Amino acid sequence: MDLHTLTFVVVGFTFAVYIGIAIWARAGTTKDFYIAGGGIKSWQNGMATGADWMSAASFISMAGLIAFKGYDASVYLMGWTGGYVLLAMLLAPYLRKFGKFTVPEFIGDRFYSQGARLTAIGCLITASITYVIGQMKGIGVAFSRFLEVDFATGLFIGMGIVFIYAVLGGMKGITYTQIAQYVVLIFAYTVPAIFISLNLTDNILPQIGLGSTMADGSGTYMLDKLNETVIALGFNSYTQQQGSTMNMFMLTLSLMIGTAGLPHVIVRFFTVPKVADARSSAGWALFFIALLYTTAPAVGAMARYNLTNTIQTGEVGVIEANLEYSKRPDWFKNWEKTGLLKFEDKNGDGRIQYYNDKNKEFAARAESEWGWKGNEMVKIDRDIMVLANPEIAKLPNWVIALVAAGGLAAALSTAAGLLLAISSSISHDLLKGIFIKDISEKNELLAGRFAMTGAIAVAGYLGLHPPGFAAQVVALAFGLAASSIFPALMMGIFYKRSNNIGAVSGMLVGILSTLVYIFMYKGWFFIPGTASLPDNPANWLLGISPGAFGAFGAVLNFVTNYFVSNMTAPPPAHIQQLVEDIRVPKGAGEATGH
Amino acid sequence: MSNDKKDAGAAYWSANLRLLTICLSIWFFCSYVLGIFLVDFMNKFMLGGYPLGFWFAQQGSMYTFLVLIVFYAVRMGQIDRKYGMEE
Repeated sequence: MDLHTLTFVVVGFTFAVYIGIAIWARAGTTKDFYIAGGGIKSWQNGMATGADWMSAASFISMAGLIAFKGYDASVYLMGWTGGYVLLAMLLAPYLRKFGKFTVPEFIGDRFYSQGARLTAIGCLITASITYVIGQMKGIGVAFSRFLEVDFATGLFIGMGIVFIYAVLGGMKGITYTQIAQYVVLIFAYTVPAIFISLNLTDNILPQIGLGSTMADGSGTYMLDKLNETVIALGFNSYTQQQGSTMNMFMLTLSLMIGTAGLPHVIVRFFTVPKVADARSSAGWALFFIALLYTTAPAVGAMARYNLTNTIQTGEVGVIEANLEYSKRPDWFKNWEKTGLLKFEDKNGDGRIQYYNDKNKEFAARAESEWGWKGNEMVKIDRDIMVLANPEIAKLPNWVIALVAAGGLAAALSTAAGLLLAISSSISHDLLKGIFIKDISEKNELLAGRFAMTGAIAVAGYLGLHPPGFAAQVVALAFGLAASSIFPALMMGIFYKRSNNIGAVSGMLVGILSTLVYIFMYKGWFFIPGTASLPDNPANWLLGISPGAFGAFGAVLNFVTNYFVSNMTAPPPAHIQQLVEDIRVPKGAGEATGH
Repeated sequence: MSNDKKDAGAAYWSANLRLLTICLSIWFFCSYVLGIFLVDFMNKFMLGGYPLGFWFAQQGSMYTFLVLIVFYAVRMGQIDRKYGMEE
């Protein structure tokens, strides 16, 4: 069976499983639609959270960024796992004790104000839509490769599938399908990593392989060899820091507190039976996530090594060492079709020169000594690396097909979870909670589905020209969640004196400052070409990148909340009682909608 | 009786905050301090083929996070029972 057919069979089979489960567990009541009946075990919840969490950004994009940024991409690894510590310790148990469906419900009740609820809804929708834009980029990449069409076509087909998928389900369908998706995606991620680790280092565990010696008997460590390989082509050292320490710190912090502020993750902890389960669910979630996240550094490093060696087959400067374009492998041709990989024969020698032409010294030497006229790999979209990785490493076809299925599972599961969060914000929190209190269950579900459709259309449109690689766009979404929701929840739980006016002004200051900062560099409302300033370190305030600004916005939020609360009337006694009450697990009932 | 309850509540809460402070200090130290601020210094040491700072940033911090959450969940369960606050 050829690769294309095999991919169709594997992807088709996994989809049949997901859809089968979704139909089997179809949501009946509104409660099932949002929180899956409240009877999910903590490890199941952890696994589903893992699938929900590990999106196109984690599966498709992250290792690609690691491959090209090396040590500097550690921010994504630490940022997207460290947030679970905050979630487990600072938020999950208390929100579970509070026992409502959604984050805006907590904020609305704790700060006894429809204004606070409305602000929270606005913040959640803003962060979630930004997040879905990132997912759409990943979905476009996965579908364009899988169907061998260009990126835009792949994106449109992907949008259609997400639509059917999310509208059909509801949380209950999604929880069980997500468990299936987790199994597919973790298998798809680790199997090729194990193969490649065995090939390169003789070590079955990629986590160990990355730190051991090469299998070629030279006794050189994998990372040293990689450094040597990339430096020989004028690139930066893989293991050394390149960006500023300040930016790394802020970006990591932003991703961590954003993790703990994102609605589709928090809502998971409403679905466990007990407060103690909320704590352990976070542990299970991180365990299942860490299986992928600790593998990713090896995937990134080894993909970079294999990619570089495929093109530069021998000593730099020897003519025969550069791959002839006419002899390029099949994966190269397939990715060229998507438009995400581009070659341009600048010096007309029919061979590929892939090197860092921004390194002036090296570029000058390459030109005078070897006649190289610039880097000829004019485009290598970072987001293709994970999907291309098994092909570059010449793994068997079934592994390549498996990775395609895993990538699609990752992108679809998260997009569906997020769309559900958006639709529940609009139909449940906004319509039922504020505007049409007596809306029927049927109309509430209907409104939710309309909201999803709108969100898919907007995100799909903006996903065509995303403001960065998938993981970078997702990082912006985390900044937005970090600057708005996390501080409001923290203050609500840990600072009794925090009141309605403090919370609303804090959230507004946090999210608006972050939004303006992001829009200035990434384009207003992410519309391409509308940025006010070029997006590079020289223009950034204190060297903080737009993705990292969320941490700063969060600080502004905390400070504003604290001072405004202290200058205005304290919260009423029953609210202070409520805060006392959520701090102890005793007496937690089931989550309710009223 | 009501005062006793209140005292138990306060003691429970401060035990929780103490545990939180310990866990979050470790959380901060293994990721931000060892993985970012002191990375150049840490990279002078090796763990197999990994420079140590690089290892903390790309591996070690994540293992520590996992251990921390499990530790917190277990310890907090004990504190719940000690103060009679469990469900």
